[in-house]
Amino acid sequence: MLTYIIRRILYAIPIVIGVNLLTAILFFYVNTPDDMARKILGEKNVTPAAIENWKADHGYNLPTFLNTKEESIGKVTQTIFFQKSVPLFWFDFGRSDRNNIDIGNEIKTRMWASLAISVPMFILGIYVDLFIAMMLAYYRGTYLDLWGLIIGVVMMSVSTLFYIIGGQFIFGKVLKLFPISGYDTGLHSIKFLILPVIIGVISSAGAGIRFYRTVFLEEMNKDYIRTARAKGLSEGKVLFKHALKNSMIPILTNVVVSIPFLFYGSLIMETFFAIPGLGNFTIEAIQAQDFAIVRSMVYLGSILYIIGLILTDISYTLVDPRVRFE
Amino acid sequence: MTSTKRPEGGLKVRISNSFFWVLVCFLLIFTSSCTPNDPYRASEREDNTFYSTFNEAPKHLDPARAYSSDEYDFLGQIYEPPLQYHYLVRPYALVPSTAEEVPVPVYIDRSGRKLPQEVSPEKVHRAIYEIKIKKGLMYQEHPAFAKDALGEPMYAQLTHKDIEGIDEVKDFKVKGSREAKAEDFVFEIMRLADPQLESPISPMLEKYILGYKEFSENLRKDLLAIRKERRKAAGLSYNQTVDEKENPIILDYKKYPFPGVEKVDDYTYRIILKTKYPQFVYWLAMPFFSPVPEEAAAFYKQGPLADKNITLDRFPVGTGPYMIDTFNANMEIILVKNKNFHFEAYPSEGEEGDLEKGLLEDAGKKLPFIDRLVFKREKEAIPRWNKFLQGYYDNSGIASESFDQAVSVSAAGRAELTDTMKDRGIYLMTSVRPSIYYGGFNMLDDVIGGYSPEKQKLRQAISIALDYEEYIEIFNNGRGLAAMSPIPPGIFGHIEGKEGVNQFVYEWDEARKKPLRKSIEYARKLMTEAGYPGGRDKNGRPLVITFDNPWTEADATPMINWYIKKLRLLGIQLENRTTDYNRFQEKVMKGNFQLLSWGWNADYPDPENFFFLLAGPNSKVKYQGENASNYANPEFDRLFKLMENMDNSPERLKIINEMNEIIRKDSPWIWGYHPVAFGLYHQWIGNVKSNSMANNTFKYIKINPDVRKQFRDEWNKPNYWPIIILFSVLVIGSIPAVISVRKKRLGRIKK
Repeated sequence: MLTYIIRRILYAIPIVIGVNLLTAILFFYVNTPDDMARKILGEKNVTPAAIENWKADHGYNLPTFLNTKEESIGKVTQTIFFQKSVPLFWFDFGRSDRNNIDIGNEIKTRMWASLAISVPMFILGIYVDLFIAMMLAYYRGTYLDLWGLIIGVVMMSVSTLFYIIGGQFIFGKVLKLFPISGYDTGLHSIKFLILPVIIGVISSAGAGIRFYRTVFLEEMNKDYIRTARAKGLSEGKVLFKHALKNSMIPILTNVVVSIPFLFYGSLIMETFFAIPGLGNFTIEAIQAQDFAIVRSMVYLGSILYIIGLILTDISYTLVDPRVRFE
Repeated sequence: MTSTKRPEGGLKVRISNSFFWVLVCFLLIFTSSCTPNDPYRASEREDNTFYSTFNEAPKHLDPARAYSSDEYDFLGQIYEPPLQYHYLVRPYALVPSTAEEVPVPVYIDRSGRKLPQEVSPEKVHRAIYEIKIKKGLMYQEHPAFAKDALGEPMYAQLTHKDIEGIDEVKDFKVKGSREAKAEDFVFEIMRLADPQLESPISPMLEKYILGYKEFSENLRKDLLAIRKERRKAAGLSYNQTVDEKENPIILDYKKYPFPGVEKVDDYTYRIILKTKYPQFVYWLAMPFFSPVPEEAAAFYKQGPLADKNITLDRFPVGTGPYMIDTFNANMEIILVKNKNFHFEAYPSEGEEGDLEKGLLEDAGKKLPFIDRLVFKREKEAIPRWNKFLQGYYDNSGIASESFDQAVSVSAAGRAELTDTMKDRGIYLMTSVRPSIYYGGFNMLDDVIGGYSPEKQKLRQAISIALDYEEYIEIFNNGRGLAAMSPIPPGIFGHIEGKEGVNQFVYEWDEARKKPLRKSIEYARKLMTEAGYPGGRDKNGRPLVITFDNPWTEADATPMINWYIKKLRLLGIQLENRTTDYNRFQEKVMKGNFQLLSWGWNADYPDPENFFFLLAGPNSKVKYQGENASNYANPEFDRLFKLMENMDNSPERLKIINEMNEIIRKDSPWIWGYHPVAFGLYHQWIGNVKSNSMANNTFKYIKINPDVRKQFRDEWNKPNYWPIIILFSVLVIGSIPAVISVRKKRLGRIKK
C-alpha cells in the first residue's frame, strides 16, 4: 500500500504544478498586475507612478512566465509565476496582496470555524440520509416510501438560499429559537451552529436520501439478503449489518472524497450565518483581485482533492477485502 | 421458534436512543436561556456596550494607509488627529482635538516677510502651520511601551517561541504607556512619505508640504538600493516576496532632511507648505495626521508578529477614547474604553433646536459614555435587519429590501417611519452626505464634447431628459436630492431656493416653492438647435451615445434600461458598455468613453474639494487627475485658482456662483444627485446627531442598557409549540405505515 501511496503522491506533483500554472494563466489573462494595483490602491489619487511603485513593492514588476532580460536559470526564477508559486510547495503562502496579512495564519484561524459547521453537518447529514434512506427502503412500496420520494425530489429542487432564508425566518425570527446569525468562540459557538447545521442537513437530504435508497434497494434484492432473512435475522440486522456493509463502496465513493474539503467550509452558509470560515475567503479574494490568496486557495484545493482521492482508494480496501493495491 | 422475534425490534431501539439524546440536547440548550436567539453571552446582557455591524472588513487600520469610511468607523475612535469637527454645530466647524487650538497659518514671502491672511496665493512663498498639542495626552496601554528592569523595550527582540500562545495584542502580559509628544506627530508625517506604506494621500501631500517629495524619493531610492543589494547577495534564487517577509526592510527616516516638518519643542511642531492652501486644516482633522509612537512602529516590524498578523494595520496604538480589544475582521471587532484617555467634555453648544432635542443634556460631562463598542460582521442585509428589529443591534441603515417595512413617504414627500417602527420606539436620522453621483460627458469627444453653443445645448437636453427626481424615487427609495451643482447642501457655496437653481435644467415653481424640471418638449427643442432634430443628425442618422459604467451587478439592469428609455425620448440611442471597474477605469484614463457614471465623496467640507473635479489642470487624460470629464474652461480655471485658496467670504461665494453658472451652461456633467443617508436607532440610544464629516462620534453617544434588556426580553420570547406539533404530526403520520409493514412481515413469517 505504501508504494501505491508514494506513487500517487509523485503523480500529484505535475498535477499541482499544472494547476498553479493554469491558475496564473487564467488570473493574469483576466487581471493584469496594473489592474490589481488599481483595484487595491483604491479610487482616489491613484497615479501611474503609484501603480508602478505598488507593482515593484509586491513583486509584480517582473514578467509573468519568462524573463528574457535575465540570464540562464534567472529567465525562469525571476518571474512572477516562479516567485509566487514555488514557496507554495512548502506551504509558505506568503502575504495577501490587498492588506498584507499572512495567508497561512489566516487559513489556520478560519479553518476552525469552517470545520465547526461543516463536520457536524457532514456527519449528521450522512447519518440522517442513510437512516431515512434505509427507512424508505424498509418501508418500500408503502405511502411513506412514496411520499419520502416525492418530498426528496421537492427538496432537491429547492435552492439552498431558500432553506437558509426560510430557516432564519422561521426558527430565528418567528419562533425565536436560535440566533439568526453570528458566531462565537469555544463552546459558546454551539448555539450559533445548530440552525446552520439543521438547514445544511435538510437542504442536502433530498439528493442524499434518494441516492442511498437506490443503493440499498439494489443490495436488498440480492441473494445474501434473502439468505439472511431465511436465517431468521431481524430486519434491523439485515439492514444495518448486511445491506449497509455491502453498500459501502458507492457510499464511500461519495463520502470520503468530500472529507478533505470539509475545512473549505460552505460559502453560502458562512455568508448568511456570518460564520468566519474559509468559505468566502476565496470569493472575497477573487473580488478583490488578490492573487496571493487565490493561488494559495486553489493550490490547497488541488492538494485536498488529491488527498481525497487517495483516501477513497484506501477506504475501499478497508470495506472490501477483495480490493487490493497493485 | 423464530416467530417470537419482532422483525423491526432492532430498528426501534435505535430510533428511541437517538431521539432521546437529541431531545436532551435541545432541552439543555433551550432551558439555558430565556431568549435562546440572543447572539451574545449571558454575561454581556446588562453591559454598557454598543452593538453595531460592519459589512466590509477594514483593509487597513494604519492611519497612514486607511482612507475609506469602513476603516474610519474604527480608526476615528482610536486615533486623535490635531483637529476634529464639532459634533453639534452646523455648518461643519473645526475644533481642537489633540491640538490646543485650530492653527492659523503664517504666510511669508520670498524675503521672509510676514503677509496678511487675505494675501493672494501667488505672493505666498511659504505657509507655516505651528501646531501646539495638549499636554498629558497618554497612549493606550500597549506592549510596545513595556520596559524591562534596565529600561529597555521588553518586547524588542521577539522570536516565534516568545509569542507562543499570543494571538492578539491583549495577550501580552506586560504593557505600558507614555505621553504623546510633538515628535510622534512629526514621525507620522514621515511615515506618510514612506514608500513601503503606499499612503493614499502621498500624491496630494507632495504638492503642498515642503520637501515631502524629495524625502519620499530618497526613501524609495534607499528601498531600491537595499533590494538590489539583497538580490546581489542571493543571486538568481532571490525572491523579493519571501525575503521581505522574513527580513522586513526598515528605512531610516532620520537619514534625510525633511524641511517641511519640524519639531519645535515637546509640545509644538511645524508643518511648512510650499503655497497658500487654506484647506490644509481640514486634512489635520483626518487620522493621517494623528500621533503614532515610533516604539509601536518598531514593535510591529518584528517578523514573528507579522507572521501572526499582529501588525499596526490591525492593532492600532492611539490616544483616543477607545482601543482595539479584539480584531477578527471576519467575525467581530471590539473596541474598549481607553482608560488613559484624556479629559474631554461633551459639547455645551450646538445649533438651533439641539437643546429642545435633548442633545445638550450631557454638556460638560466626561467622554466617552459607552464602555465597549462591538461591531459584528454581517454581510447579508436580511439577518442584519432582523437582528436590529430583535434589539440585538442598536443601530441600522436601511437596505432597499426593508425600506417599505421601515419608512413611508408622506403626501408632502417627507420620509417618515412606519407605525411598526414607531411602536418599537425606533427613531430615524437623515443627513445629506457630502457626496455626488453624476453622469460625466467626455469633453474631448467629437460628438458629445466641445464647447460650442450646439454642444452645450445637446448636453443640456440630455440633462433634462435624465429625470433624476424619478431615478431617486425608483432606485433609491427617495434617498437623495437632485443636484443643482457639484456642491452638496451643508457645504459653503451651496445655495438653497430659487437662487440655487440650475436654470438650464429647471424652472422655479413659485406656487410650490421648488424647482421644476424643464419639459421634454423643451429638451427636444434644444436637440433641434443642437443639430439633432428628433435625435438624428443632418444626414438622418440616429445619434448613438455610448454609456460606460462599472455596474456589473445583476440588479443594475433596470437602471441601465432607465437611462436607455429616458434618452429614447429625445431619439438618442444609448449603447450600454458595462465593464468591470478596472476596464472602466482604463477607459476613463484613456478618454475612451462618451458618457459615464461616477461619484465623489468629499474629503472635507469645502467647495474646492468638488470644483477641483472640473478643473482643467486635473484632467484625467492629460494630467491623470480626478477630472474624469476632461473639462477645461479657461475662465472656470481662472476662477478656480482664485477661489481655491480663499477663506469663506461673500467674495468667495460670488466667485463660486460665477463658476456654477459657467459649468451649468457648459454642462460637462449631468448633475445627478446627492445621496441622503438614513439611519435607524433604538430608543435606548441617546445623543445621536448625524454628522457626515466627523468619524469619531461614538464618544458622544450614550446608551441605557436596562431599557434595552427589558425590550430584548419582551421581543424575543421563544415559541416552542410549532416544533412540538410538527414532531407529533410526523410521529402520528408514520404509525399507519409501521403497522402495515408489521402486519405484512408477521403475515409472511406466519406463512
